[in-house]
Amino acid sequence: MAEMTMIQAINQAMAQEMERDERVVILGQDVGKNGGVFRATEGLQGRFGEERVMDTPLAESAIVGTSIGLAVNSFRPIAEIQFLGFIYETMDQISAQAARVRFRSAGRFTSPIVIRSPYGGGVRTPELHSDSLEALFAHTPGLKVIMPSNAYDAKGLLISAIRDNDPVLFLEPMKLYRAFKLEVPDEVYEVPIGEAKVVKDGEDVTIVTWGATVPLAQKVAEEAEPRNISVEVIDLRTVQPIDLETIVQSVEKTGRLIIVHEAVKSAGVGGEVASLVSEYSLFSLASPILRVTGYDTPYPVPSVEDDWLPTAPRIHAAIEKVMEF
Amino acid sequence: MYDEKNLNHEMVQFMDQYGSLLHDNIDLNDSQLLEIYNWMLKTRLFDEKMVRMQRQGRIGTYAPFSGQEASQVGSTYAMEKDDWIFSSYREIAATMVHGLPMQQSILYAKGHMYGGQSPDKLNIFPIQIIIAGQTLHAAGCALASKLKGENDVSVSYFGDGATSEGDFHEALNIASVFKVPSVFFCQNNHWAISVPLHQQTASQTIAQKAIAYGVKGVRVDGNDVLAVYHVMKEALESARNGEGPTLIEAVTYRQGPHTTADDPTKYRNNDEVNEWAKKDPIDRFRTFLNKRGLMDEDKQEKMKGIVNEEIEKAVAEAESTDRVTVDKAFDYVYDKPHKLLLEQQEESRQFLTIKEGR
Ligand SMILES: Cc1ncc(C[n+]2csc(CCOP(=O)(O)OP(=O)(O)O)c2C)c(N)n1
Repeated sequence: MAEMTMIQAINQAMAQEMERDERVVILGQDVGKNGGVFRATEGLQGRFGEERVMDTPLAESAIVGTSIGLAVNSFRPIAEIQFLGFIYETMDQISAQAARVRFRSAGRFTSPIVIRSPYGGGVRTPELHSDSLEALFAHTPGLKVIMPSNAYDAKGLLISAIRDNDPVLFLEPMKLYRAFKLEVPDEVYEVPIGEAKVVKDGEDVTIVTWGATVPLAQKVAEEAEPRNISVEVIDLRTVQPIDLETIVQSVEKTGRLIIVHEAVKSAGVGGEVASLVSEYSLFSLASPILRVTGYDTPYPVPSVEDDWLPTAPRIHAAIEKVMEF
Repeated sequence: MYDEKNLNHEMVQFMDQYGSLLHDNIDLNDSQLLEIYNWMLKTRLFDEKMVRMQRQGRIGTYAPFSGQEASQVGSTYAMEKDDWIFSSYREIAATMVHGLPMQQSILYAKGHMYGGQSPDKLNIFPIQIIIAGQTLHAAGCALASKLKGENDVSVSYFGDGATSEGDFHEALNIASVFKVPSVFFCQNNHWAISVPLHQQTASQTIAQKAIAYGVKGVRVDGNDVLAVYHVMKEALESARNGEGPTLIEAVTYRQGPHTTADDPTKYRNNDEVNEWAKKDPIDRFRTFLNKRGLMDEDKQEKMKGIVNEEIEKAVAEAESTDRVTVDKAFDYVYDKPHKLLLEQQEESRQFLTIKEGR
């Protein structure tokens, strides 16, 4: 077992799946010689050749659209979209095409593709490089949306995604790519899609979060300890489908729920989680459900982004509020 | 049968690589020639300054344009004051020549909230990050000029990579169908991050893509400022005369990395870089001016001094511009912010932490 960053784990997951299954191919901008702008595909073209790791022209709709065609004709493509803000270019191919192939053909054709993309802020990127757009895709029936928060999960979830028979959007928090290392088994393993994980046990408040904000929520939970507030943190890991049971179990124990995400607040996945809890577990709630999120503005310029993103003080304030209710 | 090999791929040139004139009908006087040179030198020194400032952590990610000065300065110098520019992140020289204050570009690079706010009445649209998105905006803006009976031309600037995006093709097509006064100016700098031109497109040239849309296509030596100027002038005139859009392919080279976050040694070999360094657009134009007796060592040094002062002044101005806090972001989301948004703005103020040094 080796200690790995998330980006190394993602690289290894792809390498091992390509080794195991020759139907797996990679396509995207700069994924070849350059190894991707974040080095996620580093060394893969050298190892598997230009026919399995393909630098494409600069055309996102083409990357995803041709992936669908490849998949229909027996390949298992992994498409890379360089930054999530560029995924708008391919909304049609993802939401109106890939996600509907199974439904449209009544099961005859499927679209087992994985679309990988870095997302999230705090790294001083130019406009449209940092947006968190998971809600757009969680709203698309037929698509799965995965957002890992650490190297171990990233490897196992990506392997599951590659093996999954449905289209999967795999969103990688770029702030966490190299933020810390974890023990990652050398062997191939799967982390099941659609299962959340309790990353810290607690009694008083549940925080549900995913992707980039998981370490932040964990830190806040630890800071709350000395004040005798016991926070349980759930890493959702998959935002479509959502693991309702894990959330409900936790809220039934703690009676309080805070949702933390980087994406803008309105009509986000946080609203979905809150709504599910009120549907399935209203009477276990001792206080209103609160959300700590990005604000409802376009993702702002680098000089102010730290104050835009969810911060520890904002989460602490939410904790106070639900505790005092 | 349509024969790709018989297309006319001639490349327009006014100066050879050694600054000797190949055409005698340049319609620029001496002071204009010197003004053009001044712009090229200024923007080159600005670009180098920005790269150094990025290394010092004084600005964010930056996309250098050194090597592309002839394409940018030559094309914009041909434009009229009221013509429109729709550019991407690498066209800083073009926007400066068109009137964008230098400190505005620095503010943008600093990630300042008002970095995208160009002065009123200056027809420059904010920098486009989405590759090729701006080509459609230019087509639409040109359509508006046509509908209003105004004389302005809308110019979009983009790279060779952009010609692979659907937006580019849709823009050429609609601009041509509506015969709008627009110029599509491609700086073919041979690389889209790590992807070389021949992997970007299987066409022999980018200019030839115009043919399919019924648009005029021109291929010009993009390191030859005189050729770029004249080709652009002609395209603008033709647009103003109601003859519709032109696609210009300026063949040039990105001398530096794609951005300050990129390492070109991973994908690009040094021989190529050195070959193109010999074709440097500023060196070539200086040799031309020398031969005409318009430039010498002394003049060059003097010009450099003045230009550097101007750059330092703009940097100082940008760096002393007040920082803006995140609550200002809410002011520009809607014409009138709704109630829940105002609540969020209020909340953002409560949690403001003013950071030093930014
Ligand atoms: C729609 C979209 N996809 C991908 C990117 C990432 N990206 C930024 S610049 C670039 C290469 C652009 O090359 P080109 O169009 O030739 O312009 P150049 O940078 O060479 O001026 C890429 C892939 C982007 N900004 N927008």
